[in-house]
Amino acid sequence: MSDVFDRVKKIVIEHLDADADKVVENASFIDDLGADSLDTVELVMAFEEEFGVEIPDDAAEKIQTVGDAVKFISANAG
Amino acid sequence: MFDLTGKKALVTGATGGIGGAIARALHASGAQVALSGTRQEALDALRAELPGSVALACNLSDPDETDGLIGRAEEALGGLDILVANAGITKDGLLLRMKDEDFERVLDVNLGSYFRLARAASKGMMKRRLGRIIAITSVVGVTGNPGQANYAASKAGMIGFTKSIAQELASRGITANCIAPGFIVSPMTDALNDAQKEAITKSIPAARLGQPDDIAAAVVYLASDQASYVTGQTLHVNGGMAMI
Repeated sequence: MSDVFDRVKKIVIEHLDADADKVVENASFIDDLGADSLDTVELVMAFEEEFGVEIPDDAAEKIQTVGDAVKFISANAG
Repeated sequence: MFDLTGKKALVTGATGGIGGAIARALHASGAQVALSGTRQEALDALRAELPGSVALACNLSDPDETDGLIGRAEEALGGLDILVANAGITKDGLLLRMKDEDFERVLDVNLGSYFRLARAASKGMMKRRLGRIIAITSVVGVTGNPGQANYAASKAGMIGFTKSIAQELASRGITANCIAPGFIVSPMTDALNDAQKEAITKSIPAARLGQPDDIAAAVVYLASDQASYVTGQTLHVNGGMAMI
């Protein structure tokens, strides 16, 4: 879990140019980290690449916080 | 006037008259160019003419090949800043006689391949926060033309598609525009007789057919840094035959 969180956090920091201490489990990409809709698509694609997991559109829509992403990836990655 | 030094460009349909002129003009402005087409010999000849360019044979009616073309160009050039979706086909015929496959194939090659290329190219452009997507459409995509319902639909579709992605990508430093040529000198127009040519030129205020270089110059402008505030537009290059 923590390994996934750290890798997700790294991607989020890189893509959104976000402060590391703001990237916490309940941080919303759009409301707290300044992402727009295109950023969230880019993030999902980056997660797919990093973890070798496919995130379908209906699941991607529900990934709104850092914790949502970690939960989905932990449950679905290899 | 417009400096494209260091930019990397892909031109589809590069072995055609307009595509070749576009590739030469981008190259002359300093860009490194990937040339795509279906005719290997013609591609090799153009590559030999343009030092530093690469030839990437690709059949754009094959979705998998099309999906892969951008990756091949990025690998060969070390990135991609400028996509010129120029390749297109016609299967002319009046509506009553138009076969399903003639309609579908024209839509698929002209509009479908543009979608696939733009989707793949935008990925890298978004990461680099810079990109130019330029689609060569046609005046008939706006005016219509009897006997070309399929072709006109595909070209109108490219315009609507471009306006949509221009809005999606503008915040990432990527512009998307169309160039709509009018009557341009080509092997097809060479085959017309003098009476036919005269009838055509009468409908053009500039009183001449356009040259491939007229289109290429518009591409160089839209590809330049100076055109960074121009997006979602269709630039008509037609000697005034349609003012839209």
